[in-house]
Formats: sequence, C-alpha cells, structure tokens
Amino acid sequence: MKIKVDTSGVKSSKWYEFALRFLFGGGVTAFAGLAAKRFGPEVGGLFLAFPAILPATATLIKKREEQKKERAGYEGTEPGRAAAAVDVAGSAMGGFGLAVFSLIVWRNIRDWRTVVVLVVATAAWFLVALAVWELREKVGRQARAHRPNVPTHTLREQVSREGLVNRSLRINRGRKLD
Amino acid sequence: MVSAFALLGELLKPKSFAGLFGAAPSVSLATLALTVMKEGKSYASIEARSMLLGSIAFIVSAAVITRLMMHRKMQVLAATTFGIGLWFACAFGLWYGLLR
Repeated sequence: MKIKVDTSGVKSSKWYEFALRFLFGGGVTAFAGLAAKRFGPEVGGLFLAFPAILPATATLIKKREEQKKERAGYEGTEPGRAAAAVDVAGSAMGGFGLAVFSLIVWRNIRDWRTVVVLVVATAAWFLVALAVWELREKVGRQARAHRPNVPTHTLREQVSREGLVNRSLRINRGRKLD
Repeated sequence: MVSAFALLGELLKPKSFAGLFGAAPSVSLATLALTVMKEGKSYASIEARSMLLGSIAFIVSAAVITRLMMHRKMQVLAATTFGIGLWFACAFGLWYGLLR
C-alpha cells in the first residue's frame, strides 16, 4: 500500500483533539519525572514508553470514523472500531522502533553528545517502525495471494462489506415505508 | 513534541502507517533531554534501559488491544483500558524480573 499525505484529516480535526494529546503527553512527562524522583530512574524510565496518547487517539479515531460513515449513510459501530484497531496495530509496529530508540540511548548516551544520540535514536525509531510496517504489509499481501479462494476478511473489506449491508438495510427499510 | 507527532499521524495514510506515530518517542525525547540537563548522562542511561522494558510492554499491550477490538469486538474504551492495565503488569513484571 502506498503512503500518502492527506490533509483532510487535519482539516476535520478539532483543536481540542491535539490539546488532549498534548495534555496526556505533558502529564506523562511530569509523572515520569515524579516517579523517577520518588522511586529512582529504573522505575521512572518505564513510563517513558507508557502508551499515554493511545486511548485518546483510538477513541477520537473511532468517533471520527463513525461520524464520517454516518454522513455517508452507513450505520453501526464496526467501522469506527475497525479503524481504531488498525491505528493501534500500527502503534504496536511502532513499538519495535521505540525499543530500538531506547536501546540506542541506553548504550550511547554516556559517550556521545546528547543531541546526536537523540537524533540518531529518533531516526532509528522511524526506520525500524517503517521496516516492520513494510514487512507486515508484505506478509499480508503474500498470505492473501496464496489463499485466493478463502475470504480474506481484511479490515478494509470488513468495513466496506458491513457498511454496504447496513446501507442496503436502510434502503430496504425506506422502501418498505414507502 | 506530542502534538507534532500527532499532527504527522493525522496527515499520513494508510491508517496502519499513521498508527506508527502513536508509538513515537515524543514524551521520551523531552524527558531524556531534561534529565541529561538536570541529573546527568548516567541517570538518563538508566532511564533508557528501563524504557526498553516499557517498550516491550507497549508492544504487548498494543497487540492485545488490537486483537481485542478486531477479533473479540470489544469496545474501544474497554479494550484500551484493559491494555493500559496490561502495560503496567508487563512493564513492572519485567522490571521485577530483570532489574530489581
């Protein structure tokens, strides 16, 4: 699947959606600092990989997807949940990058300049996350190609199939009323 | 930093790719930079070692949340709340087993 830049998501976003994530991020930064002060860096460090914005992001994606489908005439919570699940699956893949980020910082921060370590570690996070995502896409494509007679039930298909069923039910209900 | 990564996630498609930015090191970048300035590099190094365990817990909890929503049809809020609890269990379990 091709990676695209789409500004429509940003245009439909509300300012408070970013503010909410900002608050969660700030809250966790402060909490990690406090935890490190109270229990030491070994415990405080755990919170640097806390999934702080994950629940907020998943809930917002679900809500937005449901509103979008509702405007298009679809019903049900399935599209919203499926979209949120796909986003969280992406985060799980990004988690591998996060592990490499922390590994690079742990092994090199004493010897390298801080800025250099953080830049290299961030670049490594992105490259590893991208590699895992690419691999997952490739495996998914191959699995689908080798099972042509079995329904693939990809999330995209599931969303559109259930959406279509809901839509046709609405149309049929409308006809009955007429 | 958190909002910048969130904005990047909003801009990119497909959704699974945008989701990568949900695991961006946004909180850790700010915290580690501040820690180095205030407490020194050794302290930051210890934090980063623990962060590695937190990352493993992150992968486990995000994978379980995905499964709960996709296959068990669990509601988003319930699944993510369970995932947060799972993160705590995994992160502190690993810390207890490996670092304590």
